[in-house]
Amino acid sequence: MKIVVCIKQVPATGADKRYTADLRLDRTGVEAIINPLDEYAIEQALRLADAGTADSVTYLCMGPDQASEALRRALAMGGDDAVLITDAALAGADEWTTAKVLAAALDKLAPDVALMGMASDDARGSLVPGAVAAMRDVPLLSYGSELALADGEARVRRLSATGFDWIAAPLPVVATVTDQVGEPRYASLKGIMAAKRKPLETWSLGDLELSADDLHGAALTTVTDTRAPEEKPPTERIENVPAPEAAAKIADWLEQRKLI
Amino acid sequence: MTYLPTAEHDELRAVVRELADEKIAPRAAEIDEKAEFPEDLRQLLAQQDLLGTCFEEQHGGTALDTLAQTILVEEIARADATTSLIPIVQKLGALPIILAGSDEQKDRYFPRLASGEWLIAFGLTEAAAGSDVASNRMRAVRDGDEYVLNGSKRFITHGSVANVLTVFAITDAEAGGRKGMSAFIVEADTPGFAAPRVEHKMGIRGSPTAELTFDDVRVPSTNRLGEEGDGFKIAMETLDRSRLGIAAQAVGIAQGAIDAAVAYAADRQQFGQRVADFQGIQWMLADMASQNEAARQLTYAAAARVDADAPDLPYWTSSAKLVAGDTAMRVTTDAVQVLGGYGYITEYPVERMMRDAKITQLYEGTQQIQRLIVARQLLQRAGVAKRGS
Repeated sequence: MKIVVCIKQVPATGADKRYTADLRLDRTGVEAIINPLDEYAIEQALRLADAGTADSVTYLCMGPDQASEALRRALAMGGDDAVLITDAALAGADEWTTAKVLAAALDKLAPDVALMGMASDDARGSLVPGAVAAMRDVPLLSYGSELALADGEARVRRLSATGFDWIAAPLPVVATVTDQVGEPRYASLKGIMAAKRKPLETWSLGDLELSADDLHGAALTTVTDTRAPEEKPPTERIENVPAPEAAAKIADWLEQRKLI
Repeated sequence: MTYLPTAEHDELRAVVRELADEKIAPRAAEIDEKAEFPEDLRQLLAQQDLLGTCFEEQHGGTALDTLAQTILVEEIARADATTSLIPIVQKLGALPIILAGSDEQKDRYFPRLASGEWLIAFGLTEAAAGSDVASNRMRAVRDGDEYVLNGSKRFITHGSVANVLTVFAITDAEAGGRKGMSAFIVEADTPGFAAPRVEHKMGIRGSPTAELTFDDVRVPSTNRLGEEGDGFKIAMETLDRSRLGIAAQAVGIAQGAIDAAVAYAADRQQFGQRVADFQGIQWMLADMASQNEAARQLTYAAAARVDADAPDLPYWTSSAKLVAGDTAMRVTTDAVQVLGGYGYITEYPVERMMRDAKITQLYEGTQQIQRLIVARQLLQRAGVAKRGS
């Protein structure tokens, strides 16, 4: 069973987001990390490899040259090899372009499961997994808190309003997992040393038999504006007071707002 | 000889810092308060291959250079001094075997030490023999293929949690401590060995500092390190290298205090402005940081001398430990001052760091012993060393 984990390199979670004049994310001088939500996909894949269910784990990333650092970090956690898709024509790629390129790369890699995080920490579009599944015409098993593979099918456990559901589909599939998978492992020192010797290939659009023309200038969408969300007023907390006093304070609060 | 950290050193620092920030720092206050050995963190360090950095790959280690080992200790100590002693003492205890052990002894013990399955301790100090190592009294008497050890040790870091120890005992009483001491590998489950008591300490409270008793402890002669009488030399050559770990620990403790003081000063408002905006505080922070940077760079320079096996190695490692230990004490004391009353209470980490820093001026040779070593090296260089020293 072969798993390909798609990962994205994003600016560190706490970093200030800056944009270039054409409203692209300015990555210069900003610490870059593996998208934290993708680390759960890595952890899920490595657990399946540890259990012997997965025979190989490959990482796939589309990004600039420096994204190879994210792939090395992933390889340090475990797994076998990695592919970086990088091409000048991909600068400013949107979700559609990213999905198109990843789908072409996955056609070439032909995994049983293409595994992804539930969203990226920078854009949070959450569109790519569904688009990749549609383009490849394979089932999408999304938002799994666990992924199980057996008897030619994949199953994900997904939290629901009343409990959880198991959703199954025949392989191959695209699957996404949530942070309920379990804490991602830290890379061990030997893992870091071994990662330097693991195969990391770089592909261009030509390797995927795609051209810049196929991608409509890298994006179907145009960013017209960016702004920070409005700040919410701070949450009022009632703490370290006896329950009756806390209840009275809550009642007062509601009364002041004419809610009771 | 170069000692500038490479990209690999920077990567190691980033990896250890992430682990230390997320897993070790949040445990530090509890470890200190309960004075409990952090077995969970020992397992974590073992699992991350961070206890095998001084062992060769053939024994399951990662054979990092001394600068990398220094950075590892520094980054752990920045979060918690107690936990940094786990890799420090793993190396301290193993150094006598690294320096004087046979291939058979290395093959027998190093795989379990490199994996972190076993801990090792270094048994040299006695109640009446601290700085004056040569006045050790513990005896080892040859009996056929064995030695019989009798006596006691005190202030042995990890003495009560180690699975194996390197122990120093007098085999020739007439020759005295310098010529008549020998070194042995003693497994902790050997009958007659016990660690009846651990000390109540000011700092590094989670690291058990044990009293050890040896009551007719029989050790096979194949566990002797080097020849009979080599013990004093092995102990001194071990300390010439191991005290660099204490320098690294001191730099790390001081850095933890600097980072806490900067964060506090940037957040705390007094007289209508941030504490960090007062020039008096800025000068303190600048002195703390620049002095610790000097200690760090001296420690790295000494690390390069360890790998080069420099003939004047003691000059470098003793200077580094002396400067780094005194700097850590001064910097942590100033960090408490920056935090004011909050610095004096356990809600913030700097009072613990100040208590932890003190030990770096005491163990693996007091600061006074470091000065003796540095001075002796100076006089040797000048060709005016005292005879017999």
